[in-house]
Amino acid sequence: MKMIIATIKPFKLEEVREALTSIGVSGLMVTEIKGFGAQAGHTEIYRGAEYEVNFVPKVRLDLVVPSSLADQVVDTITQTARTGKIGDGKIFVLDVAQAVRVRTGETNHDAL
Amino acid sequence: MRKSTLSLAAISALAAPGVALAQEAAAPAAVPTDSVFILNSLLFLIGGFLVFWMAAGFAMLEAGLVRSKNVTMQLTKNVALFSLAAIFYYLIGYNLMYPLGTWSIDGVLSGVWGPGVLEAVGITAEQADDYSYASTGSDFFFQLMFCATTASIVSGTLAERIKLWPFLIFTIVLTAVIYPLQASWKWGGGFLDEMGFLDFAGSTVVHSVGGWAALTGALILGPRLGKYKGDKTIPMPGSNLALATLGTFILWLGWFGFNGGSQLAMGSVGDVADVSRIFANTNAAAAGGAVAALLLTQLLFKKPDLTMVLNGALAGLVSITAEPLTPSLGMSTLIGAVGGVIVVFVVPMLDKMKIDDVVGAIPVHLVAGIWGTLAVVLTNPDASLITQLTGIVVVALFVVIASAVVWLILRAVTGIRVDEEDEINGLDMAELGMEAYPEFSPS
Repeated sequence: MKMIIATIKPFKLEEVREALTSIGVSGLMVTEIKGFGAQAGHTEIYRGAEYEVNFVPKVRLDLVVPSSLADQVVDTITQTARTGKIGDGKIFVLDVAQAVRVRTGETNHDAL
Repeated sequence: MRKSTLSLAAISALAAPGVALAQEAAAPAAVPTDSVFILNSLLFLIGGFLVFWMAAGFAMLEAGLVRSKNVTMQLTKNVALFSLAAIFYYLIGYNLMYPLGTWSIDGVLSGVWGPGVLEAVGITAEQADDYSYASTGSDFFFQLMFCATTASIVSGTLAERIKLWPFLIFTIVLTAVIYPLQASWKWGGGFLDEMGFLDFAGSTVVHSVGGWAALTGALILGPRLGKYKGDKTIPMPGSNLALATLGTFILWLGWFGFNGGSQLAMGSVGDVADVSRIFANTNAAAAGGAVAALLLTQLLFKKPDLTMVLNGALAGLVSITAEPLTPSLGMSTLIGAVGGVIVVFVVPMLDKMKIDDVVGAIPVHLVAGIWGTLAVVLTNPDASLITQLTGIVVVALFVVIASAVVWLILRAVTGIRVDEEDEINGLDMAELGMEAYPEFSPS
């Protein structure tokens, strides 16, 4: 099993979700985050005082899939979330040691 | 102009009823009749509840400009200060402000002490306290709202770090003594009025008083933690600009009552035409202030700043408050526009001086209040620069000294500032145990 962590631009969320469910992803976790990478912050001014906005709002996706699906998930996210401008995000793939379905107690592949 | 002066004019009009209407040189007050009494009272009642509505305006404006963790506290302060003003103006302030000629120190200190008393239930015209003027209840109601407005001004500046009860104790002293005493010198017929100082609806008497009390408090209280780091000013953006904007429009609406009602009469063609001018001029000044701030923030900061535009509109309103009757619409717009300019320059200036004014009440009420008081000479030939300046300075000295004494005593006895951890976690949880937006995680 693989865990895929991806950060994407917030407006891309719906498109990515639809694409993932169409390739067989059955579950997904979404968090609103702030972050910075190559897309640096910018300067704003409030009542005459300048300040740095160092973080940009992003959406984080966490999903666990069978290893056989992992590459397809990575490709799908990459294609749908890409705009070509800086700040498109990153994807990381991790190994998962164990998975459990709370309702039934099923484990590993049966839990996904 | 107040009750004491109008009565004399009315009496002389009554003495020769047939002649009064034809006499050009007589007082412009209408011949006292039931209709005049009723219409004057109506002006006070309507004007009064419009000024009452400004309390909602202040509450929304301040709630919108403070951070989420301090919203409940700001709202609590606004409701509490208004209610305390109502009680203490009734108990002490009203008679302190309007001795109606009975002075203990002539022109300076009222000789009438104790709670205000309204006319009895179901009076006839003969039983009215002042048949040439208006019902005492309507006069009390109207004037009470002005006192409460003064108190509201202070709460915005001192937000996000002041303790609730010491602030409310200050409010009590402000509404029971400080405001009514200086107001008696002008509107109560005291020495400022006698020397010819002009302040139609209170650029000095209300707005600069609130402003001085706020400034004195801000200096003694100190800035918010983390607001100034070395030479840098750290912005602390407000939590809800929709509320701030709503609050500004509510204040704008209430101001028609604030300035319009201050004509103190609506029973004649001349008076109602004057009230009409006042409404229109008041609106023009607000618009001038807003547009000036809009243009200036675009030019200076490369982007308009909504919070400054809102402050600009209010500064425009304060600027016209000392004389909303005599200017033309164009002149009113310009007078208001200067108010807008004041805001855009004074807000950063205060930050440079490390004076932390959370909502901009000092530029809006104090500085624009001084400007408005001086601007009277531009359109009212009865005003003189020296007299206006004297009034400004006298009120300034009194309010600054009186406020400083109260703030310093409070600071020594109870402390006026919450402790560091409470300030960081927010006053809502620390002092009230109640969040304004409990479903959102704390910022």
